[in-house]
Amino acid sequence: MRNTIFNIVKFVGLGIFFGIVMTKAEVISWYRIQEMFLFDNFHMYGVIGTAVVIGLISVQLMKKYKAKDINGREIKFEPKAFSVARYLFGGTIFGFGWAMTGACPGPMYTLVGHGYWAMLIVIASALFGTFIYGMVKSKLPH
Amino acid sequence: MTFLFEQSFIGYLSHSWPWYIAGILIASVMVFLLFTGKHFGVSATLRAGCSALGAGKLSDFFHFDWKKAQGWNLLFILGGLIGGYIASTFLASPEPMEIGERTAEHIQSMGFSLPAASKDKISGMLPAEFTDTEFIFSLKGMSLLILGGFFVGFGTRYAGGCTSGHAISGLSDLQLPSLIAVIGFFIGGLTMTYLLMPLFF
Repeated sequence: MRNTIFNIVKFVGLGIFFGIVMTKAEVISWYRIQEMFLFDNFHMYGVIGTAVVIGLISVQLMKKYKAKDINGREIKFEPKAFSVARYLFGGTIFGFGWAMTGACPGPMYTLVGHGYWAMLIVIASALFGTFIYGMVKSKLPH
Repeated sequence: MTFLFEQSFIGYLSHSWPWYIAGILIASVMVFLLFTGKHFGVSATLRAGCSALGAGKLSDFFHFDWKKAQGWNLLFILGGLIGGYIASTFLASPEPMEIGERTAEHIQSMGFSLPAASKDKISGMLPAEFTDTEFIFSLKGMSLLILGGFFVGFGTRYAGGCTSGHAISGLSDLQLPSLIAVIGFFIGGLTMTYLLMPLFF
């Protein structure tokens, strides 16, 4: 029971922090995504670039020192199975949606919190899109 | 140092945050999650959502213990939603967003409004059209939301991740598949922005 409450506080808390950061960094803004794809503002490249540089340093250090998580288990990084078709085609389709709605999955939820209820339509069709992928998965090149 | 005394701390936080601060904080979310034994990747919540809605009966892809595997992630996005509410209610920027000239021209030519100041708790981060029921229920508006959402849901699962899973987590781990996925994100995004959207809007 105590564990459950701790889990809820931990993950909801981290999510709240993430939602505030994404809002104040304006990465949830449709305008910033348009600017990014129009190469009209460095902002999004700066945010993602900094996150990758800091992430890269952190992950390399974690691997080097065989860092353990709070449960005492070693933090594992599973390499993703190599393929070109899957990542290129899937990525391109996601890119279409990102440019249209200006929202990747994280921002969709945060924008609902902003009161943009139209994002619920986007979330519903994203669920439907994921469902259709699951149904036709075996027929697609991977 | 005068800025510290001229406005409250909340007032200071209310302005948009610089990219390097945002980048560091987003990376720290990923690192915190790793230390809790989880991997940062938001699109997995969509698969878990399908499973929770019963899609496991129709496809093995959704037949898994979503509570055990992804329950934490659903709590995380619930937090993301609450964080959005908090930030737009208490930390809303007093001024409208500033956007590049080319972007302003481009979006106006497609019939979208320029950024407005935050009003009635709506943060002004999306064009006014996104709160206008007439636009939302028009053919254009509905196709933008429904097709856009569909592409996000289908594409992220096909690619096995989105911005958080591939661009941030994957590139931080020097995964070649993630780099290919990110190249895909841009092929799709640029094609949509330069060719398809101007054609239909």
